[in-house]
Amino acid sequence: MAKVELVNVSKSYGDVEVLHDINLALEEGEFVVFVGPSGCGKSTLLRMIAGLEDITGGELLIGGEPMNDVLPAKRGISMVFQSYALYPHMTVFENMAFGLEQAKLSKPEIRERVNKAATMLQIEPLLDRKPKQLSGGQRQRVAIGRAITRDPRVFLFDEPLSNLDAALRVDTRLEIASLHERLTGTTMIYVTHDQVEAMTLADRIVVLNGGVIEQVGTPMDLYENPASQFVAGFIGSPKMNLLTGPVAENEGAATYGIRPEHIRFSRDEGLWIGRVVLTERLGSDTFVHVKTEGVGMVNVRIEGRADIEQGETVHLTPDARSVHLFYADGTPLSRKFMQ
Amino acid sequence: MGKSRSLLSRTRTRSAWLVLLPMLVTLFVVAAWPLGRTIWFSFTDASLDLMADAQFVGIRNYLEYVKFGDEDGQYYGLLADARWWRSVWNTIYFAVVSVSFETLFGLVIALVLNQQFRGRGLVRAAVLIPWAIPTIVSAKMWAWMMHDQFGILNDMFQRLGLISEPVAWTASPDTAMIAVMIVDIWKTTPFMALLILAGLQMVPQDIYEAAKLDGVPAFRTFRRVTLPLILPAILVAVVFRTLDALRVFDIIYVLTPNTDATRTMSVYARENLFDYDQFAYGSAASTLLFLVIAVITITFIMATRMDLEGKRS
Repeated sequence: MAKVELVNVSKSYGDVEVLHDINLALEEGEFVVFVGPSGCGKSTLLRMIAGLEDITGGELLIGGEPMNDVLPAKRGISMVFQSYALYPHMTVFENMAFGLEQAKLSKPEIRERVNKAATMLQIEPLLDRKPKQLSGGQRQRVAIGRAITRDPRVFLFDEPLSNLDAALRVDTRLEIASLHERLTGTTMIYVTHDQVEAMTLADRIVVLNGGVIEQVGTPMDLYENPASQFVAGFIGSPKMNLLTGPVAENEGAATYGIRPEHIRFSRDEGLWIGRVVLTERLGSDTFVHVKTEGVGMVNVRIEGRADIEQGETVHLTPDARSVHLFYADGTPLSRKFMQ
Repeated sequence: MGKSRSLLSRTRTRSAWLVLLPMLVTLFVVAAWPLGRTIWFSFTDASLDLMADAQFVGIRNYLEYVKFGDEDGQYYGLLADARWWRSVWNTIYFAVVSVSFETLFGLVIALVLNQQFRGRGLVRAAVLIPWAIPTIVSAKMWAWMMHDQFGILNDMFQRLGLISEPVAWTASPDTAMIAVMIVDIWKTTPFMALLILAGLQMVPQDIYEAAKLDGVPAFRTFRRVTLPLILPAILVAVVFRTLDALRVFDIIYVLTPNTDATRTMSVYARENLFDYDQFAYGSAASTLLFLVIAVITITFIMATRMDLEGKRS
């Protein structure tokens, strides 16, 4: 229920600055995902918003109020940790109630809030158990439940799905999405290194790299108009083909980017000719890795099942409207439409 | 089950016993056999020069009623010996007070050493020094510091005006036990600190961050989060130290020999075994010492429901 603003925020450890001049304004009720490779500073930024790390430069505002020197518990935030961070010696109920006791809530009110959160996450049968009697997925739900009971203005998630197995990760992702629907008005900030989580959950994505913001935008925005070669390579699965050499030079660029799904495949004719090196069949899609003469290795997505053999000669044609060109420093050329 | 056990599992069982054998033999030779001999001698009339001819005399060394005539008589034996009971009391008093202070100081030092600060590695190593010094050496060192005429303690306290005339710390019955306990606490607090520090380092850091977000003040975090989580480590440390303290011998033997005020069960047993040539009687004292330690330890473990097999973690 609050805006979160970061104004010229930076973070240094001694002489080393790890975050540089971060400016961001998150709207009330927005779901924002910080994404980037490990070491990009996304977790540090989240921990600065939480108050677990000092802000060494700039200002943090929550709901319009400066928060730099406010204690974590007084910021109106809740945080879900990657490692769950449950108190091992307390039951699920006690874990969820501990912070509320500290906030001097009455016993009936504590019980009501815990029960409400437990119902929302379907963990009522677990309330009397200790964390070690729970599975990883259940622990993460308890951690989320604990965060809900605090009734926060801003919800922070630090890689909450990283310790879960693949199937559970998808379920929990859906659950977090529906939680955002139900907790209307609660701003959510979510850190992940997984661009699929970012694409599926976010209203807006903040791409961080090397301590600076590379781009801020809606998932489709980042997909269609990456503001840098880094974003182009980071967003989208499988990765965009980033080709160097004559194919890029002909366009006056250093790098020529084209997504696997934006290349037309043919056995008879096309702009590029090459030989199939590897085929990956996923059922719904087939990914064909082609060694192309004069262009390099190109990954192509074919919908459905494709019976293509290794060593076969194939023809490829990139969709001219979906080509992304970049200078050597990673900045984009204004998009070029080759008709 | 016996018949259905596979060849593989029988082979495993056999190699397990084979690996255990050296330990079992060693334990028998250095622990079970001497203990058994001591218990046997406590029921005989053995003396130092006549050990081979020892005759069984029943529980006479422990308790015996000697009739002097009609309606008259007296109890003899260890259980009727006031000096023995005094040394039992001394031992328990020493163990309870020393171990309590060692636990308290050890906990405080461990909490400090668990914090990040410059030179922590050096301080951690330095803290261990008192424990690394052989007991005889540190007891002798303290004996000099506590010396009534030349000791540095009396000198310092007099300069500070805390005492008006020199105190015979180790010789005076009023201060002898305190002197012994101070040396023991100084010496073994590092051991406590180290065991508790190991427990502290098992506590995951993220729950401290969760506590910060929950707005829990530092002291309450310690009482509600840290302490319950390190309690098992503290209890194990307390058992180790209590076992040690109940057998205390060397500090007292060096610092305050022959004082009723500090005579412990071990000192009492040694006096009888070797000084007074009452080998059987000393054996009985040793046997009772063993029983007292066993009973106290088992009671403590059961009372605290200690998790010695690691089932709960």
